[in-house]
Amino acid sequence: MTTKIRFEGVGRTFPIRGGRERLTALEDIDLHIAQGEFTVIVGPSGCGKSTLLDLLAGLGTPTSGQVLLDGEPVTGPGVDRGIVFQQYALLPWRTAQGNVEFGLEAIGVPKRDRAELAREYLELVDLASFADRHPHELSGGMKQRVAIARSLAYDPGVLLMDEPFAALDAQTRESLQDELRRIWQRTGKTIVFITHGIDEAVYLGQRVAVLTSRPGRIKSVVDIVLDRSAAEDIRSTPEFARYRHEIWTLLHDEVVRAQELEKEAVSA
Amino acid sequence: MSAPTITERAVERKTEAQPRRGAGRRAGSALSGVATRSVAVLLLLAVWEFAPRAGLIDSTFLTPFSGVVRALGELAASGQLAEHIQASLTRSLSGFGIAVLIAVPLGILIGWYKTVSDVLTPLVQLFLNTAALALLPVFVLVLGIGETSKIAIVVYACTWPILLNTITAVRNVDPTLLKLARSLNLPPPALFRKVILPASIPTVFTGLRLAGAAAIVVVIAAEMVGAKAGLGFLINDSQYNFAIPSMYAGIVAISVLGVGFNQLLVVVERRLTSWK
Repeated sequence: MTTKIRFEGVGRTFPIRGGRERLTALEDIDLHIAQGEFTVIVGPSGCGKSTLLDLLAGLGTPTSGQVLLDGEPVTGPGVDRGIVFQQYALLPWRTAQGNVEFGLEAIGVPKRDRAELAREYLELVDLASFADRHPHELSGGMKQRVAIARSLAYDPGVLLMDEPFAALDAQTRESLQDELRRIWQRTGKTIVFITHGIDEAVYLGQRVAVLTSRPGRIKSVVDIVLDRSAAEDIRSTPEFARYRHEIWTLLHDEVVRAQELEKEAVSA
Repeated sequence: MSAPTITERAVERKTEAQPRRGAGRRAGSALSGVATRSVAVLLLLAVWEFAPRAGLIDSTFLTPFSGVVRALGELAASGQLAEHIQASLTRSLSGFGIAVLIAVPLGILIGWYKTVSDVLTPLVQLFLNTAALALLPVFVLVLGIGETSKIAIVVYACTWPILLNTITAVRNVDPTLLKLARSLNLPPPALFRKVILPASIPTVFTGLRLAGAAAIVVVIAAEMVGAKAGLGFLINDSQYNFAIPSMYAGIVAISVLGVGFNQLLVVVERRLTSWK
């Protein structure tokens, strides 16, 4: 398998207290992600998960080490990576169709082809009949499906997802998780998915990278091997529970530490 | 000036919140909506008509409304009304237009650079809160009593509310939309045209409506100070000549003009933000 994404000794610090001190968000991140792999990154809140994704997106630069995409260092944002945000980031004045076309406009797809492509991807996320609706007329789950369609439409090799289902209710989240897996299998995208949900991580990921609390380091990478055809409700199988517990154990101490850090920060 | 804006917003929201009904009932409720909204105005006109007639107020000083309407008719027939309205409208609309052309692009530019807007916003606030009319003598002193000074003071009065609201609008564009645009490598012109401008429209229009009201107020005052035509001149001149019905006719014409201009802006805003 070819390596698609490589984090090599990546660290990121931010100036705080008026630049007198620096906060270390990420430290010494080494992670290889293969072409077409579905990787989930879990970690306690404030551990730098989103920072990690920003570095990969090219929206920030590492203070040490480098991020490589197809062997080339990431120097800025690009349409070879699509981002799905937790807050959907839909343009409220555009219809679902218009929002999907927005990404296509950015890469200069001619007008005629845009409408057709946008249609196609709205169909992929099962929203073809809502093409002319504006975001405020759509439910949270529908909005996120539009955002996913938008990111897929301009055909990036990598899909970066920053807690995309965190704002959704449990049922909607599960159905979107299924849909995302289906889309991943159909399109063969490399997906980097950030979450703080252990169930979500185990259910979606081929590999789950667990981050430590601040400064974020890779604590462990767990390979998830589940026979998904074995049971209808994979989440209730003993294997699923075993993985779940494994990651829970890895995370538990980190969550406790993260909470202590938060308390310190508030009382400081 | 901001009070009517707020009430109108509330009214708009209320009407939107009403559930969908059948066509017949909708027409009925629209009719009753019109009735609800005009009842207070009709009441005012009734008092205006009957208070002088009943001798509650000296009718020399307050012409009954029917008399005002008659005076309006006479002014219209003689062509004077059109002339005055044209003079006032030309001044206020050209001033308003120039202010829009200056303040919207400038506001976008200032709003985009955080430091620049942090430095300039207090200054804009200061100008906004310095009554334009207090500067009228300065404008007359520098630019004379001709058209230039009148249009200039309208430009001045209109610029600040538009500028401040445009700056605010640009500063408050949803950061995730900007992040999205950045992730797509959107070049600056496309970023402004496709993200910042449409996201700013509702707030910019709040400024436009405030400026619209200011344009009318200021032009009338400027015409009262020194002019040979315009509704402000008509009102002042009628008062000097004790042509009280004409004076009220001028006042009514201004208020109709003001409401009309505001409504026009509301309609344009609705069209531009039909997605809401």
